Amino acid sequence: MTLLDFFVRRRTAPIARERLQILLTHERMAGSDSNLVTVLREEVLAVIAKHVTIDPDKVEVRLERGKVVSVLEIEVEVPNPPAGRTLVTSKRRRKAAA
Amino acid sequence: MAEVVVVTSGKGGVGKTTSTAALGAALAQFGQRVVVIDFDVGLRNLDLVMGAERRVVYDLINVTRGEARLSQALIRDKRLDTLFLLAASQTRDKDALSEKGVERVISELRSGFDWVICDSPAGIERGAALAMRHADVAVVVTNPEVSSVRDSDRIIGLLDSKTVKAAKGEEVEKHLLLTRYDPARAGRGDMLSVDDVVEILSIPLLGIIPESKEILRSSNLGVPVTINELSSEPGRAYMEAAQRLNGEEIAVTMPTERRNILNRLFGRRAA
Repeated sequence: MTLLDFFVRRRTAPIARERLQILLTHERMAGSDSNLVTVLREEVLAVIAKHVTIDPDKVEVRLERGKVVSVLEIEVEVPNPPAGRTLVTSKRRRKAAA
Repeated sequence: MAEVVVVTSGKGGVGKTTSTAALGAALAQFGQRVVVIDFDVGLRNLDLVMGAERRVVYDLINVTRGEARLSQALIRDKRLDTLFLLAASQTRDKDALSEKGVERVISELRSGFDWVICDSPAGIERGAALAMRHADVAVVVTNPEVSSVRDSDRIIGLLDSKTVKAAKGEEVEKHLLLTRYDPARAGRGDMLSVDDVVEILSIPLLGIIPESKEILRSSNLGVPVTINELSSEPGRAYMEAAQRLNGEEIAVTMPTERRNILNRLFGRRAA
């Protein structure tokens, strides 16, 4: 704290404004992202279900936003045909446009 | 055909009920037929703010469940002939409110009134969702304070996605009502200004209600501020907001700082 700070009280409203602007930009994006994740989940599920039988509860879609790129992770658990082989987890990773 | 308005905010304690009562009474004074509905099941208060707490016999839940007719549950205001109240139930919980029931009540009210004003409970749960569901217009009540602005932003998102209008690809008309505004503190840079909030939320401004003692005096008496203290600053601000809601194009009056003798003498801003 400088001597000047001691005499001149800092205006707090500009700080509130800035914090809100940053936060709300993020939250608005997260809101639309969660919608995107739901849509992707449904559509990916439909495509895979055309070829293999899957349990809808064993599909996970995650979207992690990074600064430069974001990672879309889709994990689908595919049960093996009843031949007694081990369970295979197919994991697909690809980069979504940031 | 009535215009269905939801008075909402997300955050509690920002002035939804006060604003519902004040706007309802203002519109009724313009000769419009108005019904105000309390959606805060279990925590009703609109009846108290309107001074009708001892006249509630049937409530919204009774009507949605077919236990009472709408005409039995509507309470006519003692001061204004065209103002009616539909109270919330105090003993039931919010799950007693059915989606179908609310739809039926709203559509019945639409044909008999010019304005159906729904006072939303705080939060984003069932009660709040049902209050906004059938709205044509939303009054987003916001205090110039970070948590209130954030919650209002969230509510705006829900108005754009979870309403009947949104489902039809239309848009709920949204208006900002800035309440508990203190021009002196905003002037000193210690409270978000009107421009700050308008810019952050980016919805048009319906009115600015200054923080003032008349609001508390009116709720103490159970009389909406637009009846009790019509010439006071908040009374006039609510009247103006109601005029704008009614389609009149009038400029927003900026609240002015109140200065007492000492402040004037010493040229300081009121604390």
